[in-house]
Amino acid sequence: MDTAFSSEDLKFQSEVREFISSNYPKELKDSIGTKRKTGKELSRDDLMSWHKILGKHNGWSAPGWPKQYGGAEFSPTQKYIFEQECARAECQYIMPFGVNMVGPVIYTFGNDEQKAKHLPGILSGDVFWCQGYSEPGSGSDLASLKTSAVKEGDHYVVNGQKTWTTLAQHADWIFCLVRTNPDAEKPQQGISFLLIDMKTPGITVRPIKLMDGSHEVNETWFDNVKVPVENLIGQENMGWTYAKFLLAHERSGIAGVARSKKALERIKQIASAEMSYGEPLIQDPAFKSKIANAELELSSLEYTELRTLAKDSAGKGPGPESSLLKIKGTDIQQMVTELAMEAVGYYANPHLGTTLSNEYVGPDYATNLSGSYFNFRKASIYGGSNEIQRNIIAKMVLGL
Amino acid sequence: MNFDYTEEQTLLENMVTSFVRDDYDWDTRCSIVKTEEGWKEENWKKFAELGLLGVPFDEDQGGLGGEATDIMIVMEQFGKGLVVEPYMPSIILAGGLISKLGSADQKNSIIPEIISGDRRYVFAYAEPQSRFDLFDVKCSATLDGDNYIINGFKSVVFGAGMATHLIVSTRTEGDQRSKSGITLFLVDIKSDGITLQNYPTIDEYRASEVVIENLTVSKENILGELGNSYEAIEEQVDLSTIAICSEAVGILQVLKDSTNDYCKNRKQFGQSISANQAIQHRLVDMMIEYEQAKSILYMAITADLSNSDERRKAASAAKARIGKAIKFVGENAIQLHGGMGVVDEYMISHFFKRATMIGILFGNVDFHMKRYTDLTQSNIQSINEDDGINLS
Repeated sequence: MDTAFSSEDLKFQSEVREFISSNYPKELKDSIGTKRKTGKELSRDDLMSWHKILGKHNGWSAPGWPKQYGGAEFSPTQKYIFEQECARAECQYIMPFGVNMVGPVIYTFGNDEQKAKHLPGILSGDVFWCQGYSEPGSGSDLASLKTSAVKEGDHYVVNGQKTWTTLAQHADWIFCLVRTNPDAEKPQQGISFLLIDMKTPGITVRPIKLMDGSHEVNETWFDNVKVPVENLIGQENMGWTYAKFLLAHERSGIAGVARSKKALERIKQIASAEMSYGEPLIQDPAFKSKIANAELELSSLEYTELRTLAKDSAGKGPGPESSLLKIKGTDIQQMVTELAMEAVGYYANPHLGTTLSNEYVGPDYATNLSGSYFNFRKASIYGGSNEIQRNIIAKMVLGL
Repeated sequence: MNFDYTEEQTLLENMVTSFVRDDYDWDTRCSIVKTEEGWKEENWKKFAELGLLGVPFDEDQGGLGGEATDIMIVMEQFGKGLVVEPYMPSIILAGGLISKLGSADQKNSIIPEIISGDRRYVFAYAEPQSRFDLFDVKCSATLDGDNYIINGFKSVVFGAGMATHLIVSTRTEGDQRSKSGITLFLVDIKSDGITLQNYPTIDEYRASEVVIENLTVSKENILGELGNSYEAIEEQVDLSTIAICSEAVGILQVLKDSTNDYCKNRKQFGQSISANQAIQHRLVDMMIEYEQAKSILYMAITADLSNSDERRKAASAAKARIGKAIKFVGENAIQLHGGMGVVDEYMISHFFKRATMIGILFGNVDFHMKRYTDLTQSNIQSINEDDGINLS
């Protein structure tokens, strides 16, 4: 057993660290920092400018993509190190929809024209993608989806409604699962994978406000939307296979260990500034024991992730065990956002940065911590709810 | 970076696995624990032949020079067989103290005898009032010419009934709870002045209450420096804690896998009970707890154990986290076995009992959570107002 990185990996680590420190723009850090502190929504530029910088540097915006498609083709260990370093420096994370989701589907199942048309924009960060999977009646039971695509000559006519479309307000393109055969024997067999330009007439995006007041997700309506047949990925009615492939790719970095570590460090700083029983909160036995507990969970998860990584590097995975990383990773994120809210006592209350209040009160570090707690209830629900993840482990790992 | 075993380690694992499979099947184990002695001396000889008794000792003493990983390999497999022979108390804990503190003469005369299986030392440290505090020592040793006279009471000394010698922690100076003034003595268990009261434990291991009355011991039998052994005791107990965490991980694997199998085979309402989602999710949570326990064990094994702060943190992190996993996996294993879970006849309850007692050994979850917390959470940190808070 050897948990040390090889000398090449360590060299890579300092290269990444060096690149981040000389290229992550201070203005971006400030802009995002101020918006987070004041509970303001991030702009498309905030979300994409780091991606664009990485896109100009050896394909680093797409760490897992093969070199032939312009990606960095990092080894599993390099990918891990890259994620660690970005989290350590609190870089804005790369939107997953293009790079981790639709990109691998396009270069694996798409034709040459589709690759040539779409991959460069994903890589450079010039094109913003969103995901059209869930529908009002199809959440965990995704295969029951109803949005229909009927072939008429050289295009499909799409009708229906997608929901929880994350950041669709910024998106140029959406990848959708649509029903092309309503009469298939099994619901999974009648689904196709379509790429749709968001500027196509008939598409309407309506915001859904989350309980912290944030606008991250949307409803996306399709009313007789004409989509050229060349936007079909692979074969008609094979979309479910591509969707399952995509889910396996979506998992990388899902545990969020490095970001949770950073958040815990931050909570310790806050708890050093906050007072309880006349002493810094960090010295309160009940509170510090909760932090210690979160650290233990995180430390276990870190080694679970490293074990998965070692397996992956040896070409043996990752398998459905990644559901474990999702369950525990989101558990811990929720634990951490709760601790942060708890740390600031009464100053969890003010809801600032809304149209009703332009004045700021309380310590800077307290702003929007309760918002994060409420917002992060989503983590155990999205990406396949943690109950669905348990079903996957029960079936695929435990053979139940 | 990898979690692979070396070729030697794979051989070691295969060897211990075949011992448990061939010489320690469930029926054999049940007959051993019912004997008067509560262990099988022949097995100890077999350990000696296989080289297991030499795993942690230096090669120049005739040992294998094994490290934390090697000890983990042995203990994990022993856990799967619920092996009752006193390997951890004698080889890891007492043997470790002698390696760490012994003079050249002591090591040369004692360690080969331990490795050959002819002598077994166990460490008598706990006292009725000490709970998990290794420094809380009342047992006294007073100078009398060239000898010391020892008087005191040692509680729940595992494997004492199987031992040829004891290492006794005594107070030669200072208050009952002072970390300085603790001295270790090597004594023959048959010495006048030592009385053992042997008994079985709830998990079918053996332990003893040790009464020491006017035991005369020569100065030469001091192990380590006079009055200065606390640090070494703490270190060896930390390493032994990691060893029993390895045993626990082996046991948790059996608890989890057996429960999984049981739920698949047990039919009610015309189907396997594992067809119920309530049961599936419980089994998944048991598997997650097992994996997290194994992960924190790997963290501890690969930590820099030669750095005392890192070692303390690693041992307490592992013991606290694994202690939680023991409770969750153990209690649910019993619950999901239904009536079969609570009977003595079926093996699952025995694994649960052993795991639970490991949960107490060298300090329970609360003890190690507090120790870990005190080691990691007291520093006041300054806040950097420039940073935006990024919790996502």
